Amino acid sequence: MNKFIGLWLLLLPLVVCAQTPEERGLEIALEADKRDAGFGDLSSNMVMTLKNANGDTSIRKMRSKALEVVGDGDKSLTIFDKPADVKGTAFLSFTHILEADDQWLYLPALKRVKRISSKNKSGPFMGSEFAFEDLSSVEVAKYAYRYVKDDVFDGEDCFVIETTPKYQYSGYTRSLVWMSKDKYQPLKVEFYDRKKALLKTLMVSGYKQYLGKYWRPDVLTMVNHQTKKETVLTFSDYAFQTGLTDRDFNKASLKRIK
Amino acid sequence: MNKQPIFAITLLIALGGFGVHVSASEWSGFVAVEYAYFPQSALDDQQFDQHNISFSAEPEFYHSWGNEHSLTFVPFIRWDEHDSQRSHFDVRELIWTHAAEQWDIRAGIGKVFWGVTESQHLVDIINQSDLVENIDAEDKLGQPMINLTLLQDWGMLDLFVLPGFRERSFAGKDGRFRSSPEIDDHTVYESGAKQKHVDYALRWSQTFDDWDVGLSHFYGTSREPRIIPTVTPNGLVLVPFYDIINQTGIDVQATLDAWLWKVEVIHRSGQGETFNAFTGGFEYSFVGVLDSSADLGLIAEYLYDDRGSNAATPFEDDVFIGARLGVNDAASSELLFGVISDLNQNTRFYSLEASRRFARSWVISVEARFISAEANNDPLFYLRHDDSIKVELARHF
Repeated sequence: MNKFIGLWLLLLPLVVCAQTPEERGLEIALEADKRDAGFGDLSSNMVMTLKNANGDTSIRKMRSKALEVVGDGDKSLTIFDKPADVKGTAFLSFTHILEADDQWLYLPALKRVKRISSKNKSGPFMGSEFAFEDLSSVEVAKYAYRYVKDDVFDGEDCFVIETTPKYQYSGYTRSLVWMSKDKYQPLKVEFYDRKKALLKTLMVSGYKQYLGKYWRPDVLTMVNHQTKKETVLTFSDYAFQTGLTDRDFNKASLKRIK
Repeated sequence: MNKQPIFAITLLIALGGFGVHVSASEWSGFVAVEYAYFPQSALDDQQFDQHNISFSAEPEFYHSWGNEHSLTFVPFIRWDEHDSQRSHFDVRELIWTHAAEQWDIRAGIGKVFWGVTESQHLVDIINQSDLVENIDAEDKLGQPMINLTLLQDWGMLDLFVLPGFRERSFAGKDGRFRSSPEIDDHTVYESGAKQKHVDYALRWSQTFDDWDVGLSHFYGTSREPRIIPTVTPNGLVLVPFYDIINQTGIDVQATLDAWLWKVEVIHRSGQGETFNAFTGGFEYSFVGVLDSSADLGLIAEYLYDDRGSNAATPFEDDVFIGARLGVNDAASSELLFGVISDLNQNTRFYSLEASRRFARSWVISVEARFISAEANNDPLFYLRHDDSIKVELARHF
């Protein structure tokens, strides 16, 4: 076996040159992951505006906290402020890469913490056009990748990569991601449903850099081409590394929050 | 009844006075109107027939001082057209919380929920049921408590001192959903301290991967009274008798993909013969049913109580079958249907609950209950004419 190592080293430059689209796609995903690693914890406020085909709107307001978990999906806690009838409801999620997530819901009227089935990653989040899986943490191992082409989107140079979910209950067969070459963050994503038809398009805008390293957007716009509904999600008050720990993400913390 | 709100308002004004610097206050809550229709005439001619209107309000005041201290105040008030017992005021919560890194302490009037099952809540014992609100016993009266919560790697440990007991509320003479004769308000206690008996409780809970486990013990006045027929100068009345009990409870949920397996077991002594009771079953979720974004959950639970037909509960050997539909639309439309059937007697309790939001802060909900009971030793026998359809309109703020 050992005598072949030298031979492999000789071939290495050739291997890089002959990188397959899959290897190129994975390389881009790994680079994006590397650049965003180490954010620690992040708090933000979110406003979701749901629009139906008639233009009627409804508003959801949430506060979100996330804790980076090395080697697995992140932990997150979302507290609802609007609509008024769900005020105080909280959603705790431990995301996992390929296994089902662990999720608990806190119902303030009953003071009940309910462990819920998380099989439904493809289900809508609060009746919006965002699915749970669209909002959960980005982990390299969740998808298979394929580099498609270089492109320009909104004046920015992009890689276009195709991602195929490995999670068997995903609502998508594949997505096309326009990834900024500068920020290594997505600018646009097209989602294809289980029938391989174009389902939704996500536009991401207003990126700002925090702590000189981490890019976060101000606005996500998700358009559903099949229902003509649209959801605009705006973020504000990003706060990195405020010292959140595991203790802020357990069943007891659900009852404490307001 | 009138003194409580004045006391509470005074307290709030006082608190507002020193709420400076990093403090934050907010009001939320709801007001609601409810209309109920009873298609059958009442069993007892003192009970009202057919129509009933009721109004309720539950504002919530929350004030926090930094991240550590907070105060929550939740008064509740209901006015009922016919049932004077259902017109009532309660302080659901008036509780101060101090949250630290590895422990929390709460003191005041509070509410606590324990358990996992859907058809009934055996393990849940801290708060008394506000039965006039709803016979499903999901509404609770505020309980005076001091609660210390320890948060450790080995789990969460809750310790409770519960000074003061709340009597279960029962429908009045004019009201529906009551026994015949109605339950008298001359409550009898085993303890000489009566409602001033201090109760104690503790609960340990922990998550092991897909398993959520809780183990609890309660010592004190039983929340569930024994109903004792008593002859008085006014004739036969039913008197609630509250024993001092010890109750150990276990609740377990396994969350395995689309399956939720749930079990609650209690062991209670001090209330007649020592007994055990069990509720257990599953909920299975279908996601994206019929190519929509709706979820459908099928629920089946078995309810057992080894006191058998002597049990104060109608659910001593019963099966619950239910379905929960979550439409996942912008209006959060939901529907829950269920039937509890007695396996030995021809008694069934059907229930349907549906709700949806409209115009941003309004919620309309419909609740239908149908009771068929033939055996006169089943507590539901007295409710066999109380089929009802209730519509509630609530404005949240």
